[in-house]
Amino acid sequence: MGCIENLKYEMILPLGASFKECREYVERNFKEIYYVDPGYKIFDEYIIGLPPIALGIEDGKKIIFPYTKPCHGTYLLRIEGLDEVARVRKTAKKKK
Amino acid sequence: MTDEIIAPPKNAILLLGCPEVPVQMAIALYIAHNLQKRGVDVLASGNPSVLNLLKVSDPEKHYVSKMVVLEKCIEEVVEKKRSADLCVVFAHNDAAISYAATMRHLLPNQRLVVIIFGKNPEPLAELIDFKCEKIVEKAVHNPIQLKIKINEVFEWGASKT
Repeated sequence: MGCIENLKYEMILPLGASFKECREYVERNFKEIYYVDPGYKIFDEYIIGLPPIALGIEDGKKIIFPYTKPCHGTYLLRIEGLDEVARVRKTAKKKK
Repeated sequence: MTDEIIAPPKNAILLLGCPEVPVQMAIALYIAHNLQKRGVDVLASGNPSVLNLLKVSDPEKHYVSKMVVLEKCIEEVVEKKRSADLCVVFAHNDAAISYAATMRHLLPNQRLVVIIFGKNPEPLAELIDFKCEKIVEKAVHNPIQLKIKINEVFEWGASKT
């Protein structure tokens, strides 16, 4: 998974989740939600998917986001990153 | 019959999906060949396995001379270092639809053709709610019907092979 593979990530949804399942999971399970377009960069990777792509922030320090690989589908990952949380809060569109 | 005239592309990106469905490689080479012989500069993009399949199938690069791994291709398009008049996305799973949606977003005004194939292409095709031309065909091992539909969409002359 490129750079993300080197990070400490937690897989929330198993391999083969659809982008729709990922969006619905984020919207159902997290209070702080942001939307970004495909091509938004996070942890040095470009997010792939159908806009709007939902990202969750948990405990003020973890980001939940979809990560797509051609053969496996979309993973929903949770990664801790204070700087990225701050950047998402600043640059992404918050769900009202 | 439409009067719309689609200008021939100067360059094209073929975005290949996971290589587990055999027709993909045949159709990719077929499209690359047909575009190239019409003067289109073709770039193939996919994961390393897909690109290795292309390299082994076309060792002298008659059909595909330019290749780039998928992540790099997306990066270059996002950063506007690369564009194309035509993007063809090969889709036989949900992930590929995500890639097609991404290309639609990144190249909003270019021609986007999504080829949806595999054992069960219809539900996948229904996931597409963005502007593109769809070619949908149940095809796993036999590329002939898919090829016929591709010829129609690209207005390439009928072939008896």
